[in-house]
Amino acid sequence: MQGKVWKFGDNIDTDLIIPARYLNTSDPSELAEHCMEDADPNWVSKKEKGDFIVAGENFGCGSSREHAPIALKAAGVSAIIAKSFARIFYRNAINIGLPIMESEEAANEIKEGDKIEVDLAKGEIKNVSSKMIYYAQPFPPFMQKLIKAGGLINYIKKSKRR
Amino acid sequence: MSQTITQKILAKHAGLKKVGPGQLISCKVDLVLGNDITSPPAIKQFAKIGVRKVFDKNKIYLVPDHFTPAKDIKSAQQVKMMREFAKKYGIVNFFEIGCMGIEHALLPEMGAIKAGDLVIGADSHTCTYGALGAFSTGVGSTDMAAAMATGEVWIKVPEQLKFVFKGNLAKWVEAKDLILYTIGQIGVDGARYMSMEFTGPVIRKLSVEGRLTIANMAIEAGGKNGIFEADEKTQAYLKKTKAGQGIVYKSDPGANYKMVYDWDVSKIEPQVAFPHLPSNTNPVSKCKNIKINQSVIGSCTNGRIEDMRVAAKILKNKKIHRDLRCIILPGTQEISMQMIREGITETLIKAGCVVSTPTCGPCLGGHMGILAEGERSIATTNRNFVGRMGHPKSEVYLSNVAVAAASAIAGHIVSPEAL
Ligand code: SF4
Repeated sequence: MQGKVWKFGDNIDTDLIIPARYLNTSDPSELAEHCMEDADPNWVSKKEKGDFIVAGENFGCGSSREHAPIALKAAGVSAIIAKSFARIFYRNAINIGLPIMESEEAANEIKEGDKIEVDLAKGEIKNVSSKMIYYAQPFPPFMQKLIKAGGLINYIKKSKRR
Repeated sequence: MSQTITQKILAKHAGLKKVGPGQLISCKVDLVLGNDITSPPAIKQFAKIGVRKVFDKNKIYLVPDHFTPAKDIKSAQQVKMMREFAKKYGIVNFFEIGCMGIEHALLPEMGAIKAGDLVIGADSHTCTYGALGAFSTGVGSTDMAAAMATGEVWIKVPEQLKFVFKGNLAKWVEAKDLILYTIGQIGVDGARYMSMEFTGPVIRKLSVEGRLTIANMAIEAGGKNGIFEADEKTQAYLKKTKAGQGIVYKSDPGANYKMVYDWDVSKIEPQVAFPHLPSNTNPVSKCKNIKINQSVIGSCTNGRIEDMRVAAKILKNKKIHRDLRCIILPGTQEISMQMIREGITETLIKAGCVVSTPTCGPCLGGHMGILAEGERSIATTNRNFVGRMGHPKSEVYLSNVAVAAASAIAGHIVSPEAL
């Protein structure tokens, strides 16, 4: 995966990712139209499919709305790289198959507009612009299984068949 | 090995003797909860799993509360989807308008939860029920779907934090101030992925309602759950409900805590969290000339009968400031009725407040009191993020009920002391 980076700060909460006024629907493409609206009203028109979000601490804090990772995924975000993620957002992202990566160094050093290349399997983040390479925190084995299955629903379907 | 309440409940539901921080376990759930925002995606995910039945018709609670009574066509569609799902799968606990309430006020009141239970809900404030000695945590819609199908959830055993409150609370200092103070001290990610255990003489003196307020906001410090030992007060509360007492767990003396915060809270004042983070707290005496356009009293944090009594005490024979709206949101139908019986509703309406039917409404910027650009509200709710109550350029200040009521009279943020 290759794409451009959009940077956001610490504590990007779920109300910033998708404001509650749009939660009277759970349609992914409708949600995507308002993604990050209260953090940057123009982001939706600026971003391109395949871009990355790089953020600070506690990304996705606040509500349990799965609409947040759904909106980001439907908006075409390839992956979120952050110093840390809030707990429910972390679960939700893995459960629905939105790639997330934890790397303090990458979050510190990558700049807005940088081109980066990500290898999810290896947890490798390559900054094409600066030639730096970072490694994300590896996922525990159980979560790797979930990710490999393509999320929780597929994982349950598979284990049911067994 | 010594264990905490949280660890004991998790171990029990995972069928293990003991569990340790970081361990990933699969737990049986006693209750699965969803609301009108989170249930529709869960229902869609549930269909993908392809099971014919839910794991238990009695253990799933569906409560449309966020945009109800339906504020527009789309929200009506969402509730319709829940209603049809409940019918199709024979789900017993679907609470429509007329018997509904804000989920986290409703479930404890109706006796859905007992001590020692393991509860998950597709709503971040599901952590509220920790006040009753249950392990209770918020998850997303996919987790809710999976639990409705399998009756299980995967959980990473959290590390433990302990908060010991000592001393005597000053006048007008409520449970809300203890949790705002805590979040102010440790920050919005101070308990990220961790369990927050609340204890000490001040906690023991608090009512169960007050404890529900504290547990409600554990998520605002990033916590996985808040937990209280179910002491005599809780046991008495539970015994009066349908749920009954349940299993009372206590933390072992030698249990391991990542950190113990030991605070004398005698000196703290009512706290006010400034925009745009619940951790941005200041004592109310620091609020100088903060004019407000609205005061919101209620929500799952502070919409119980005790809270309504405090509001009525302050607003009795007073008028709210003419430049401001005061919106009262009782948590449940039962609370609304009790308010009528006690004359609270009349007191509040005479003071110039509007008393709403139970709904989340403005708490999440849904309806029933949305802020315009540049407007400011004081609220007894739990979040003051950007745009939380309306326009992205509006502001929310969080406080206890007494401060919100006093400020409604003054027109700016004040302590009841200053009236
Ligand atoms: S009252 Fe507010 S915080 Fe509580 S469940 Fe409703 S929207 Fe969420």
